[in-house]
Parts: sequence; structure tokens; C-alpha cells
Amino acid sequence: MSVATNKLRIDVRDWRRILSPTGNPGDAVFRVLMTAITFFVVAIVIGMVLTLGADSMQSIRHFGWGFLTGREWNPVRGNFGALPFIYGTLMSSLIALLISVPFSLGIAIFLVEQAPHYLAKPVGFVVELLAAIPSVVYGVWGIFVLAPFLRVHIEPKLAALLGWTPFFQGQITGIGLLTGGIILAIMVTPIISAVVRDVLSAVPGSQREAALALGATKWEMIRVVLVNGAPGIAGAVILGLGRALGETMAVTMVIGNRPEISLSLFAPSYTIASAIANEFTEATDDLYLSALVELGLILFLVTFVVNGLARILVWNVTRKTGGLSRAA
Amino acid sequence: MITYAGRADRSRRISSALMTSLTALCTLLAVGALFIILAYIAVQGIGSLNLQFLIDSPRPVGEGGGIGNAILGSLVLLGISSAFGLPIGICVGVYLSEVGKGRLASIVRFIVDTLTGIPSIVTGVFVYAILVLPMKHFSAFAGGVALALIMVPIVARTTEEMLKLVPHSLREGALALGAPQWRVTLGVILPAAASGIATGAMLAIARVSGETAPLLFTAFGSRFFPTSLNEPIASLTVQIYNYALSPYDEWHALAWAATLVLMTLILGINIIVRVLTRRKF
Repeated sequence: MSVATNKLRIDVRDWRRILSPTGNPGDAVFRVLMTAITFFVVAIVIGMVLTLGADSMQSIRHFGWGFLTGREWNPVRGNFGALPFIYGTLMSSLIALLISVPFSLGIAIFLVEQAPHYLAKPVGFVVELLAAIPSVVYGVWGIFVLAPFLRVHIEPKLAALLGWTPFFQGQITGIGLLTGGIILAIMVTPIISAVVRDVLSAVPGSQREAALALGATKWEMIRVVLVNGAPGIAGAVILGLGRALGETMAVTMVIGNRPEISLSLFAPSYTIASAIANEFTEATDDLYLSALVELGLILFLVTFVVNGLARILVWNVTRKTGGLSRAA
Repeated sequence: MITYAGRADRSRRISSALMTSLTALCTLLAVGALFIILAYIAVQGIGSLNLQFLIDSPRPVGEGGGIGNAILGSLVLLGISSAFGLPIGICVGVYLSEVGKGRLASIVRFIVDTLTGIPSIVTGVFVYAILVLPMKHFSAFAGGVALALIMVPIVARTTEEMLKLVPHSLREGALALGAPQWRVTLGVILPAAASGIATGAMLAIARVSGETAPLLFTAFGSRFFPTSLNEPIASLTVQIYNYALSPYDEWHALAWAATLVLMTLILGINIIVRVLTRRKF
């Protein structure tokens, strides 16, 4: 008997074992079916990247890297630069994080470290319900309630108080970066606070006991816990950032949708997601459509990197308790 | 202790009390925000809500009109997305928990999680490219597929976690009795995790029923009752969006009423799931 056939026989047996460790033919069918469906989903994700890449090729060829730095978005003249959208997306998300991170930390600290059990559970659920409200509902509330409120009560005061800075100048309309950022802040707060809760719960009780035993006050003890969970908290914040960057409807309804770059938070702005939502069905020529798809590709790649980073950070802290599930 | 408490100690205790009450204030404000939003929806929406509104289709300004076609359209879209999304999601969950092993399963899990993080508007662009462009028209089918893509990772990950909660002794017991893996999985493990998987499925449906962005250029919207899966279809969310952005006060009132209907549906599902699973978590 030659070595070659022997080797072949072992290979066949290995394959059989992989297909069906129990030797049952039904198992082979079952495992192949589950694997095939799963890899179909994997193929869709890969297909998504390839499709977005292929459909934005025309725009990528035409504008190159200049697409990212171009300040003019003019469908009539066929000149497409994404900088106003990138600026609007980053600024609105930044405002959202500035507002929501302290709140989310406060909520998580309250629910994990302070609230009695009978209170922590229902209150935690109520906070998470904020995440169940659809984006378009936040949008309706934003244009009819929040925007008029900011225009009448908040923005004039900000202008009077901080009008000397470039951030609070110009016409007060209630529609603009600030309103978009505040709506986003309400939307990402339940997401960040849910993950921070998991992270804080994963910090060992011995850390708290040690701090208290050394004479720390409650707040000093909490600071020890926060330092312990810092990487996970960073992950939670980045996860919130990923959500804020891709949020579409609510922002579209309150941000003003004008592709201009202005330092003022009162000025109307435009985000990548809003641009796609508003202009996709209006894109008449191929280059216009291709430029919009390239915006989608940018959004996909950025959220991919941001979410990946967040998952690694959170997972490192909570893997023992299996945290991230609630953030999905 | 009190005798040793100097000025430094007192300031430490005061700052501690201050900061801890600030965290309570944060929580109070978040809960308050939820109630303010819900109260506005209830108060603004209840005025235009009546039977006619629930069964009529949209009419020109000044003639009333309703969201009957949008409610039906949303149900059709949910049906299509559940028909694709739930079975595929459950199969992926079974693969991740029972079949896939080692590094390959980790990579698959990472990619499935990636799907969770993709902004839904990008999912809409993708479905537009692969379904709407070749078919040359918007359709209920394309909208359902877009929603299914959002459901799959949610269902897959909850299924995986629920299957992992099933005690190993159950698997070993069934295997020891001579049952093949497929019968163990389908006959023992899946039924044991069924309520958890159903919970995940319901939450996925609630999540998807609020989606607007992926429907804008897949299902598109329609002023008529649906007659075919191969044509544009109305949905509650897109209808709310269109009503809200119109310049007419009358349509704004309709937007609030439709929002009330949508929120009742979504909060209903969330609260029912919570009550049903209260004993377990």
C-alpha cells in the first residue's frame, strides 16, 4: 500500500469527523446546513463592503482623496466634497457625547453603587426604554417640542452669556447643530449607561471593600471603581459614538440639512447619514449617486472601526460576566 | 471617629454626599426625559386618534385621512422581515453555540456583531444596490429584506446566549442516550431555550418596527393600501416622517397620532417581554 492512498484515507476520515463527530449522517446534514446559513450571512456582510466599494468607484476615481477635504457639495455643478458632512457628523456626535457621558456615568453609578435592589431594576428598565424609542419619534419630538423650546428659552440665554465665543453666534432658529447634538445625547445615554452598568458590575467587590476599609468615603470608593473600569467605560463611550455617528432620522429632522461648515452651534449643519437619507432618491445622475454611496462607504468603515474598538475594550472588562449583550 | 474628624474629613464627606446625590439627579433627569417625551406623544396624539384615522388611507390636506394603509404596510414589512430574519438569525445562533468551534467561530461572531453596528441607513443603501436597482422599482420585498438584515444579528446573538445558558448536563444526557447531535439540538436544547429565543425575537421585531432610514429607498412609501409585495408600500415610520416634515399643521397632528400608535406597539412589546421574563433575570 502506498503512502499516498493511506494519507487520502485519513483525510477522508478527518472530513467525516468534522462533518459529524457522532458518525450520524443526519448530523452531517444538520451541521452543513447551519454552517451554510451562517456563512451566507457572513457573505452578505462582505458583499455589503464590496457593493458599496464598487458603486462608489466612479466617485472615488473622479475625486480621489479630495472627496474627503472638498468643502463644496453642489449637485448642479457635479462637484462633490464630503467635508461639510464629515464636520457635521463629528460635531453633532461630539456634542452628544459631551452631554451624555457625564449623565450616563451618573446613571450607571447610581444604579450599581447606590440604588437599593428594588429600585435599581425598574429604574434601569425605564432608562433602557429610552433606547426603545424609534429615531423618527425622537425626530417628531425634536422638531415640535425641543427645537421651539431651545429657540425661545435656551439659545437666547446662551447667546447672551457666551455670544462672545464663535460657538454661540448667528441667527437663532432652534434648528441646527446644538439641537441635533442634544437629541443624539438623549438617544445614546441609555446605550452608554447600560454598558457602563455592566462594566461597573464586573469590578470585583474586593476593590470596594479595600477602599472603604482604608477609610475612603463613598465617592472616593466610587472613584476607585471607576478607575478599575476605565477601559470598559472608554469602550462604552466609543460604542455610544458609533451609534451617534450613524443615527439618521432624528438628526435629519432637526439639524437643518445645509452643507455648510460653521463654528456656531446655532447654525444649520448636515450629517453623512442625513445627506444619504435626503438626497438618495433625488440623485439623478450616476456621479451624484456614486458620491452618496461613497458617503455610505465612509460611514460603514468608520462605524466598523469604532464599534470594533469599543467591543474589544468592553469585552476585556466584562468577559467574565458576559456584558455586551444588552448593548446590542 | 467623630473626634478625629477635622476640617479635611468634613469636606471629604460633604463632597461625597454632593457627588452621590448628583448621580441620583442624573438618573432622575433621564427618567424625567422619558416621561416628558411619552407625555407629549400621548397628549398631542390622542386628539386626532379615532377609528376613521386607523383604517383610512392618507388624503389631501383638509380632508382628514388616516394611517390604515401604513399600519397594514408595517405589518406586511414585519412579516417579510420575520420570515427571513428569524429563521436565519436562529440558525446563526445555533451555529455559534453548537456547531462552530475555535477561531473560525470567533471570526463569524465578530462579523455578525459588525452587522449590528452598521448604521441602518447604510443597510438601506446596500439593499437599494442589490434589489431595487436590478428590479428597477421600490418594493415591499426590498423593504422587508432590509429590515431582516437588521434583525439577523440581534436574533443570532440572543439565540446564542440563550443556548449557552442551557446546562451542559442536558446535552450530555441526551447524547448519552444515543441521540445524534441534530436531535439533541432540535429536540432538547432549542425547546429548553425557547422562551429566551422568543424574547429575543420579540425585541428584534420591536426594534425593527421603529426603523425608518432603511425603508426610505427600499419600501419607499405609498398613499394606497398594499396590493402586491412587488410594489412600493407604506409604513408607519415613513408616514410619520412625511407627515411631520410637511408644512401643514393638520398633518403635524396626524404625525403625532401615528407616533402614538407606533409607541403603543413598541412599548407594549417591550413591557410584555419584561413582564414575561421578570422571573428569569
